Amino acid sequence: MATSYNAKEEDGHHSGASSHGAAGVVKSKKPDNTAFKQQRLPAWQPILTAGTVLPAFFVIGLIFIPIGIGLYVSSNNIKEFEIDYTGVDISNPCYSCAKNFSWNSTTPCVCSMNFTLEQPFESNVFMYYGLSNFYQNHRRYVKSRDDSQLNGDQSALKNPSKECEPYRTSDGLPIAPCGAIANSLFNDTLELYHIDSNNTRNTIPLVKKGIAWWTDKHVKFRNPGFIKLNKHLCTNKPVNWRKPVYELDPSDPDNNGFINEDFIVWMRTAALPTFRKLYRIIQKKSNTTPTLPSGKYVLEITYNYPVLSFDGRKRMILSTISWMGGKNPFLGIAYITVGSICFFLGVVLLIIHHKYDTRSNSADIPN
Amino acid sequence: MAFWRRNTHIEKERHVKANARDYNDKFSYADNRIKTSKYNIFTFLPINLFEQFQRVANAYFLVLLILQVIPEISSLSWFTTIVPLVLVLVITAVKDATDDYFRHKSDQQVNNRQSQVLIRGSLQNEKWMNVRVGDIIRLENNQFVAADILLLCSSEPYGLCYIETAELDGETNLKVRQALTVTSDLKDITKLMDFDGEVICEPPNNKLDKFTGTLYWRDNKYPLDNEKMLLRGCVLRNTEWCFGMVIFAGLQTKLMQNCGRTTFKRTSIDKLMNTLVLWIFAFLICMGVILAIGNTIWVSWIGRNFQVFLPGEEFQSNAVFSGFLTFWSYIIILNTVVPISLYVSVEVLRLGHSYFINWDQKMFCRQTNTAAEARTTTLNEELGQVEFIFSDKTGTLTQNIMVFSKCSINGQTYGDVYNEFDEKVEITEKTACVDFSFNPLCDKAFKFYDGSLIEAIKLEDLAVQEFFRLLALCHTVMPEEKSEGHLVYLAQSPDEGALVTAARNFGFVFRARTPETITLCEMGRAVTYQLLAILDFNNVRKRMSVIVRNPQGQIKLYCKGADTIIFDRLDPSSEALMYTTSEHLNEFAGEGLRTLALAYKDLDEDDFEVWMKKLLFASTVIENREDQLAVLYEEIEQGLKLLGATAIEDKLQEGVPETIACLNLADIKIWVLTGDKLETAMNIGYSCNMLRDDMNEVFVISGHTLLEVQQQLRSAKEHILGLSRVSSVGDVEKTDMFADDSVFEEAIIAEYALVINGHSLAHALEPQLEHILLDLACLCKTVICCRVTPLQKAQVVELVKRHKRAVTLAIGDGANDVSMIKTAHIGVGISGQEGMQAVLASDYSFAQFRYLQRLLLVHGRWSYFRMCNFLCYFFYKNFAFTLVHFWYGFFCGFSAQTVYDQWFITLFNIVYTSLPVLAMGLFDQDVNDQNSLRYPSLYKPGQQNLLFNKRQFFLCTLQGMGTSFLLFFIPYGAFSVMVKEDGSHFSDQQTFAVTIATTLVIVVSVQIGLDKHYWTAVNHLFIWGSLTVYFAILFAMQSNGIFGIFPSNFPFVGTARNCLSEKSVWLVILLTTVVCVVPGLVVSFLRVDLFPTLTDKVRHLQQSRKKEGPQEQNLRRVRRTSSRRSAYAFSHQQGYGELITSGKNMKMSTVSSAGSPGRTPHSSTWIENMLKRKNEVSCTSDESGNRAKQTPKQQVRA
Repeated sequence: MATSYNAKEEDGHHSGASSHGAAGVVKSKKPDNTAFKQQRLPAWQPILTAGTVLPAFFVIGLIFIPIGIGLYVSSNNIKEFEIDYTGVDISNPCYSCAKNFSWNSTTPCVCSMNFTLEQPFESNVFMYYGLSNFYQNHRRYVKSRDDSQLNGDQSALKNPSKECEPYRTSDGLPIAPCGAIANSLFNDTLELYHIDSNNTRNTIPLVKKGIAWWTDKHVKFRNPGFIKLNKHLCTNKPVNWRKPVYELDPSDPDNNGFINEDFIVWMRTAALPTFRKLYRIIQKKSNTTPTLPSGKYVLEITYNYPVLSFDGRKRMILSTISWMGGKNPFLGIAYITVGSICFFLGVVLLIIHHKYDTRSNSADIPN
Repeated sequence: MAFWRRNTHIEKERHVKANARDYNDKFSYADNRIKTSKYNIFTFLPINLFEQFQRVANAYFLVLLILQVIPEISSLSWFTTIVPLVLVLVITAVKDATDDYFRHKSDQQVNNRQSQVLIRGSLQNEKWMNVRVGDIIRLENNQFVAADILLLCSSEPYGLCYIETAELDGETNLKVRQALTVTSDLKDITKLMDFDGEVICEPPNNKLDKFTGTLYWRDNKYPLDNEKMLLRGCVLRNTEWCFGMVIFAGLQTKLMQNCGRTTFKRTSIDKLMNTLVLWIFAFLICMGVILAIGNTIWVSWIGRNFQVFLPGEEFQSNAVFSGFLTFWSYIIILNTVVPISLYVSVEVLRLGHSYFINWDQKMFCRQTNTAAEARTTTLNEELGQVEFIFSDKTGTLTQNIMVFSKCSINGQTYGDVYNEFDEKVEITEKTACVDFSFNPLCDKAFKFYDGSLIEAIKLEDLAVQEFFRLLALCHTVMPEEKSEGHLVYLAQSPDEGALVTAARNFGFVFRARTPETITLCEMGRAVTYQLLAILDFNNVRKRMSVIVRNPQGQIKLYCKGADTIIFDRLDPSSEALMYTTSEHLNEFAGEGLRTLALAYKDLDEDDFEVWMKKLLFASTVIENREDQLAVLYEEIEQGLKLLGATAIEDKLQEGVPETIACLNLADIKIWVLTGDKLETAMNIGYSCNMLRDDMNEVFVISGHTLLEVQQQLRSAKEHILGLSRVSSVGDVEKTDMFADDSVFEEAIIAEYALVINGHSLAHALEPQLEHILLDLACLCKTVICCRVTPLQKAQVVELVKRHKRAVTLAIGDGANDVSMIKTAHIGVGISGQEGMQAVLASDYSFAQFRYLQRLLLVHGRWSYFRMCNFLCYFFYKNFAFTLVHFWYGFFCGFSAQTVYDQWFITLFNIVYTSLPVLAMGLFDQDVNDQNSLRYPSLYKPGQQNLLFNKRQFFLCTLQGMGTSFLLFFIPYGAFSVMVKEDGSHFSDQQTFAVTIATTLVIVVSVQIGLDKHYWTAVNHLFIWGSLTVYFAILFAMQSNGIFGIFPSNFPFVGTARNCLSEKSVWLVILLTTVVCVVPGLVVSFLRVDLFPTLTDKVRHLQQSRKKEGPQEQNLRRVRRTSSRRSAYAFSHQQGYGELITSGKNMKMSTVSSAGSPGRTPHSSTWIENMLKRKNEVSCTSDESGNRAKQTPKQQVRA
């Protein structure tokens, strides 16, 4: 932008001194001569000129293209593996589980899927479950929770918010945690085995700690003081749940109640109907061996979560991450595109400016 | 205002009995209290709220608020609407309350003025508001008349009294009122106490010049007319005291009835805004319908099956009903396209602009110590769109000060100042004046710059002496010598006063007069002349003469008058002098001066005796007396010897011609509407450069029947358009002419002027003719309407307002301008003068006409520019903000889920983005004030509505929609697979919300930076401050602390921390910002680069100038090119000559000292004659004869 600071211009009035003399007699109503009141505040007055706009375009282009390339490369370096285990196809091992799903069945249906990783996954690997066509962002769904209750508020525990309807009470008892979000907690269990060269199944240790945001785990979600032990709490489990909230994780007593990390992750509702949520972390063992070497794997699914009825899909995703997060080709491509367009625009505008230059004509201003 | 109307049935006739309050109370007439305020303490809240909810916008938000309470459709919490709404209501209420408080105060001040009322046999001081109809009140000199009263008696003989009606009609010359003979004897209180006359008269009306009634007293009937009434607003002058009976009081007085109704003025932007709001509303409904249909489809395809996880009630699973509910939900969340804060912000901006007007030093008048004042704060941007200015003349264009500026004596001109090289020197404040100290009786205020005249006097040049002797003798001025040497002249017309004052300063001091003598002090010697006859002035004669006998016994006739008239009656010996003088007159007239030619004649004793006898005879005849007298006058005013000519300057206000020229360049049409006479008005037209000699034609419309006027108008129009253009088929043509007159307006290059007379205007304003009048007037460059009544002024304004879609501005200083000021879109009052009526009715006031230039070209232009920029940006911003919800609808099952946090929705308009846009609306300037004045063409975009119109609105909403699209879809693309750097999932709704919100705030801040032309420190502060505040509030509201206190209200805890610490989020924000801003930047760059407007060029110039440093401002000088001949300088009517010779207006003492018993019997019938004649004269005072019978409205001046 063409710039220049507009210094306080000389006031056209020379009468300053003389009028002050007169002011002694009659109180002058003359307005104050301040830059503010006289609208003469010093100001920067940018004008769009070729000299300022065109370089801006080139600069944007020159900055964006490298960023885009960097993003694109690092996104491409990320390894990602995705497998759909919904069981839509008859060929899918989970087909029968999906077909025969019933809320009332007591024996869980288990299916397992084989897959092969072509390339080894270095460093930490993150295991996600992905759902599609699942409207976690529906208004009625989103508001169907009670944050006070989840924060351990006693009164909200006993008397959950009306927003939780119809999952507010069951059998006359308040539901904890109440609401449609909690009720629809994703409850498939995924286990991963590596088939080594001897065809033996090696369980891959899946870490369930640290999958939720720190703030959620420590601030937003809190257990009411006594819930740890109290099985006789006067609350009911959510309708769809098989076990009450304080028994979510039998292996770790500290991961129970409202601060169960799987639960917390679920409760952070997704923005879009297709989303993935972190399920487990596979930690790097040593610097020499890859976390997940290439080879054959088995994914064992305890199939508890019905999505077929609304044409939903369930996926398991394994992914590494980089400095900018997970695999995300969009940003890199977008940056490269925008950068190129800006550069191109700069060139086009430069040509237009030179060809049809109508400036330098301030002389023809009519009175 | 109209309360009184309700409790009285329509009054057909008014009965008022003097000194009988009980009797008068029966009729429950309005009392003298004036109430312009709207509320009192108790009614304020209900009435104000009621008024506020009558505004569409407020009602709309109330409905929204109600919708939000219904849980099934409430997509936003109630506080998102109620917080801004309450804020708006409170701010407006506070403003209304302060306005009303000031109205209360001014009412109180007027109501509490003191007046003396005759109650129970004694005079008691009463407040104005306690004066009642039928009361007898006493007025003293220089007091305002408290109500419309019937004059009963006065301190002067014959019940005469003098009033100044400046408040009513703007004229400063004195007017005479006379009481009925029967009541004029009631000079002491006891007699007045016994007065029990009853007046039966017309009901209250607004006709200032008409009153009909009858006084019943002692079984006699006396007719009453306007000559016996003193109207509220007049000031008593030169009369020690008078008594009068109140006929109309308070709101029923003619003054108040003339004030017109106060209509709420709205600007065209306001109206456009309302239309746009309706459009937006329709748009909103469309959006709602689209989304509702989407919801219906979604529910029937997906939602029905999704009930496993999201069960709904029965009605929610009914797809159509669900769609219906969604419709309302979306209406609620999309309501921010019409933000409440828009209305508040607009008000705030206007208030700010008003303050800038009040603060402007360059609109401060040092002489009167008054600053400009914006009395209405809602019209500022309209000042940038004015196309028609209607201006009063007296006191607005002119100062109403007549100054003797030049003269030509015996072929020699005086008055110009030459320097040593014999070049004419411009007379400025610094030019040395002539020293009159030799003359102890001189008027100190009189200034003359040419020393040669005083030399001539001192050399006892006979012609010069005779010249000034004439000026000192031939007039009808009354002297008042309060103390020795302290002379005050009471002149009926300011020009006469100026001439006599000039003679006084040059040593021919008019000192005293009796009915038969005039005493001068000639160069220190007292000389008494015997006054033999006054051949009075009238408009046909255009001259006046006196016949005097000097101490030497010679009889002389002195005559002054219009040059054409005098030149016809000159003695052949003066012929050579006549040519020289004529040249001088041309020269004077060319400078816009009002000229008079002076001549004298020596009379032979015997001839005079014969003539005098004939005169005495003629003055006693009943029939045709006027004509006979005229013949006699004509007879004696022959063979005159020319003395010279005077040139009087009707002093224009400072800078008037320059201002008019400048406003003309800005394509603003100026019409002068004046109560003055045709000649005076045209004269001023010439001196203001509105009329010029090089104009192709000046049409004077002065017909006195409808047909005549029609004929004149039509022929004028034909003349302009060329005969071929006008079909001769009578009225058919007027409609089609009107339809395409704009085309003609463009095509006509020639300059025409239209001067129209009050009588003709009355006809021309009738429905059949108004179109042709308007067409003609718009084809002319200059329009002058003279001798118009206040009501006609308003009608003219109304006419233009109704048929031209143009903004009108009326400017005036007197009460006669009030109706016009109230009618026009914008009313401007000239303040600092005595009368305040115009100022009180006005929207803007300042001390001098020339400030109009600055008001329009600088303040108006800026206001308009700022307001338009503000509105464009505001709509852009809100569309960008709101429509994101629309796009999101497609991905959340059309469930009316908001993208943003509710707190963000609440605060976005009132906190995060309000101040930068306000600062832009307050401080932005594209071109500085000097250049705005330097290039008046910069004003034109405002008149053509270019900066904000439906097209602009469409463009900026389109930009807003585009931005909202990008704002949603770029994060959408990025977020669909995004995870945090620690691998945890990240594409959750809250992160999405915070990212889009942050991007939005940044994008709109960058955009305002690009839209802004003038970055002051305040702008910087507000923009950076708003961004800072946004982040501060964001983190505060998502902090652990506040979540701990209200867990259910602030569910976003920790989101900002987690989200904004990610590099990828910032990359998304950067990308979105650039993509949103670049298209706009490209478009505006191309526009400025390829099609620069005048503004762009001036901006460019301004920038390059600034680099070079300040330059000399090249001032436009307006050169007068007129060489118009003769404008004779009389602005009063006939009649005063007779007053003088009869001695009626002399104080008792002077009359008795005159001691001429022979005169007295003659004059007893004279008063009636005079008054009768005065009526006629006032009708015929126009040069074209007696036509006033058709237009009684014209008699204001009588």
